[in-house]
Amino acid sequence: MKNTQEFNNRNVSENGYYLVDIADYPTDGWGKFKRVVQRTFRGELFVGLWVVLREMIKFDIHTIQYPQEKMPIGPRYRAVHEMKRLWESDAERCIGCGLCEKICISNCIKMDTRIDEHSRKEVSEYTINLGRCIFCGYCAEVCPELAITHGGEYEQASEQREHFVDYSYMLTPLDKMKAGTQVEFEGFGAITPHEDERVKKTPLAY
Amino acid sequence: MSKITINIDGKEVQTQEGEYILNAARANDIFIPAICYLTRCSPTLACRICLVEADGKQVYACNAKAKEGMNIVTSTPTIESERRAIMEVYDVNHPLQCGVCDQSGECELQNYTLEIGVDSQSYAIKDVDRSSHDWGHLHYDPGLCIVCERCVTACKDMIGDNSLKTIARGADALDAEYKENMPKDAYAMWNKLNKSVIGLTNGTDVLDCTSCGECAAVCPVGALVDTDFMYKSNAWELKQIPATCGHCSAGCQISYDVKHTSIENPENKIYRVMNEWNYVSLCGAGRYGFDYENRVSAKDEAAFANAIEAFKKADTIAFTSTITNEEAFLLQKMKEKFGYKLVNNEAKAFQTFLNNYSEISGTKLYGSDLKVTHNSNFVISVGTALKSDNPNARYALNNSMTVNKGAGLYFHPVSDPIIEGLGKSIMSVKHAPLQEEAVMYLILDLFADKSKLSSDLVAYLASFHSTKTITVTESVKEKVVEMVKEMKKNEETGEEEEVEVEKSTMVTKEVSKEVEVDENALFALLNADAKFKEDLDKNLNKKDAFSLIVGPDFYTHPNAKNLARLVALVEKYSDFEVVMIPALTNSLGVALICELDDAKGKFTVGYNTQADFTLSALGDGDLDMPAINQQEGTLTSINKRVNPTNAALEYKGYELNDIANALGLKADNVIDYTAKLPLSAGFKAAEFDSLPNRYENDGTEVRGYILENVAVKMSDDETVQMYNNVKLEGTVVYVANPVRQFTAFTNKTTALSQEGGIYMSEEFLGKSDLNEGDSVRIKSSNGELVVKIISDNKITGDIALLPTYDSKINPEVITGAYRFAVASIEKV
Repeated sequence: MKNTQEFNNRNVSENGYYLVDIADYPTDGWGKFKRVVQRTFRGELFVGLWVVLREMIKFDIHTIQYPQEKMPIGPRYRAVHEMKRLWESDAERCIGCGLCEKICISNCIKMDTRIDEHSRKEVSEYTINLGRCIFCGYCAEVCPELAITHGGEYEQASEQREHFVDYSYMLTPLDKMKAGTQVEFEGFGAITPHEDERVKKTPLAY
Repeated sequence: MSKITINIDGKEVQTQEGEYILNAARANDIFIPAICYLTRCSPTLACRICLVEADGKQVYACNAKAKEGMNIVTSTPTIESERRAIMEVYDVNHPLQCGVCDQSGECELQNYTLEIGVDSQSYAIKDVDRSSHDWGHLHYDPGLCIVCERCVTACKDMIGDNSLKTIARGADALDAEYKENMPKDAYAMWNKLNKSVIGLTNGTDVLDCTSCGECAAVCPVGALVDTDFMYKSNAWELKQIPATCGHCSAGCQISYDVKHTSIENPENKIYRVMNEWNYVSLCGAGRYGFDYENRVSAKDEAAFANAIEAFKKADTIAFTSTITNEEAFLLQKMKEKFGYKLVNNEAKAFQTFLNNYSEISGTKLYGSDLKVTHNSNFVISVGTALKSDNPNARYALNNSMTVNKGAGLYFHPVSDPIIEGLGKSIMSVKHAPLQEEAVMYLILDLFADKSKLSSDLVAYLASFHSTKTITVTESVKEKVVEMVKEMKKNEETGEEEEVEVEKSTMVTKEVSKEVEVDENALFALLNADAKFKEDLDKNLNKKDAFSLIVGPDFYTHPNAKNLARLVALVEKYSDFEVVMIPALTNSLGVALICELDDAKGKFTVGYNTQADFTLSALGDGDLDMPAINQQEGTLTSINKRVNPTNAALEYKGYELNDIANALGLKADNVIDYTAKLPLSAGFKAAEFDSLPNRYENDGTEVRGYILENVAVKMSDDETVQMYNNVKLEGTVVYVANPVRQFTAFTNKTTALSQEGGIYMSEEFLGKSDLNEGDSVRIKSSNGELVVKIISDNKITGDIALLPTYDSKINPEVITGAYRFAVASIEKV
């Protein structure tokens, strides 16, 4: 901790701090009266009014008209979960390993699995209780298939504390896949750049 | 076996002479990696990872025996490099699908790969097609298989089905350069591994065995899994409830793995049964027959009121032995307080048998247990259809033969290909029903110390013997000397010349001889074949630990009293250790706790048996009761051990204790009675919650407590009745279940549910005009019954089996008390 020195020195004058020029508080009744009169007739109110009027005429408004308008969300934002599909086949990425369910610290993920007609493991049901979810991102981080990720959908007001979303709600719709607009998550759990260079290669005999 | 001291990694360790180093280390909490070794089975030597250095020499810890003063080092740089190479080899071409593997992290391949720190791969070989197989109740994925052969070993050495073997993989040979560069043992292990996968011995693609599922339990990876469990749940989600299996008297330790049923249904459900497979082996009923719970939605107050009414009216309680000790004790208390008659014919027969046995033996209980049978090397089974009466006794018999180089004798009227398949050293003797006394006399004759037996009995046994002159052909080796002409080089002249040489050859000659031999009439009485004596003598060579398994046929035998006395004589005057198979789960406990009556009174309340008012854990009675997997309590096993079991699933209805409380007894929980079980019968005053249920690392069973074998008054009278040659002849039916069935409880489970019928061997059906599926009327002097024919390839011969597991079929209608009866079988 090299830099803590300067913060520990609380000697104001040495650090370029200066005291704001504030007049002493009036102590008697007359003094207080004078301050009220001064403040009332100085016209500071009109300064503020002028700024508002000026900006109104300029029509350069920065207010986001929520909910009609929304701010763009960063790619690492952790809002309601999404279930991704494979680019190659449009098949679901989730293999039903259950790691998200295991790692979830608020116990809000539950899944049922079964064997499907191709003898593969299939997720028959999958729910997340958003009322319990703390959006920590562990599920996305632990997912070995980049299947469960966080999305940008942060609106999840509900009439009840329990608010479940199921698998089909989170899964990327097929038309979105056809249009190629599925967005990859870039937060924790995503592949880091130069991953290939860091992997130890396994020899192959083919 | 004497105690010795060895030194492992600088730690002084006490062990038995002749114990494997690996077991000695494990017993003392010293870690030696090992994959293919199974405790209680013979070493397989497939993985070679248990390599250690003993006195400077590399040995495999799983098959090197400890010697006094041995110095063992578990890790050296050479050993480490071998282990690392072995683990790398195991990882070659292993699919990276751990996420969907049913082993879900409980994987020894994963554990050892991480333990040894394999972080890169140096070996490669082209993979071959290894697609998965559905073997019926098991699913085999050779892609995941590491060919440790643990399944094969368990099936051969423990279970005795011999259903699995290694078959050719059809892979390319290993690259020649590996032989040069790889660590030696790793190469040898890979060379073997690369040549094999696991296959079935019966040549088909479907298992035809006793379906115990032990192979899947011992699989260190997810290669062998139960088909029903596939992809249902990850191991870490399942909560393990330690329990005791409630199906038969073996009282195996199991754990019920429970989890909520589904997202919609939060009620717990049993997903599978697991066992400590190093120390206990389950049968198919224990492993797959787990969901026999009685689900009730709430307390049925009306039915409960009716039950109280019925109890007030009743003078008899009839029950079966599939109850806990505490419930049995509760029934006994109710008898004492309200004067009910307690009727349980099966337990009564066993109780009487034990009492008769005690008169000569002087102890309340038989002296031995199945652990002793496991460790013996000559086992006799008599009076029991071993594979279905108590599968664990069958495992003990098989294990004693495979691991201790033992031999066995199986006396039973129903010939059993499973028992015969255990190995060459088991001799089956198919005697006629009712001839069990002859078997006991034969055992006395062959093995008892005649100097101690009463003179009457010695004289009686001698009366079976006679001398006979027979002609035997013996092969004798004779030396024949011949003069042969040979060409030989003369060393002086260097020329070839003919020389006469004397040559002797050994010639085998057949010589006929007349000899006087002793003939034992008992052999003929029991239908033992001509070579019986000769084979028996061969099998008895070098045997020193003898065990006798006595089964339920004895208890209901018309001459049960005499048989009990004979069993006691065998135990007393021969080297045999005796164990008796209680017919049902807790027959022994019931026999010890309850005073049983013979006949029912006017109004009977039945517990798990149909009566005027029926309490039933099967859900088919007038008031529901909890099944054994929904109850806390203790069960008394064949090993004379009082084992605790826990409730795996919730039960929302009334139980027996509620009725007892309503009638005026007082206990918050039925387990309050655990500490009050009768001390005079050998129980201990131990609270239920203090009873352990586990195995130690050295295999010590720390479960419940062992019953004290209370001494009882002996009578000096050791006389036994003469044998009378009454036997059942003609078409005989026998009361026995097929494998994996014991009671209506096993039949209630999803995996084992089936419709009962009469089980006939393929041989029997082939000879008659009957076919599988035909309805037949079985008629005996007792009554008649119409059932369907089921073809059973697990029996041979002419005796048909009537099962007890289907509550729609009551075999006692035909047979009465004794398990055999003569009956006619006609097509309807």
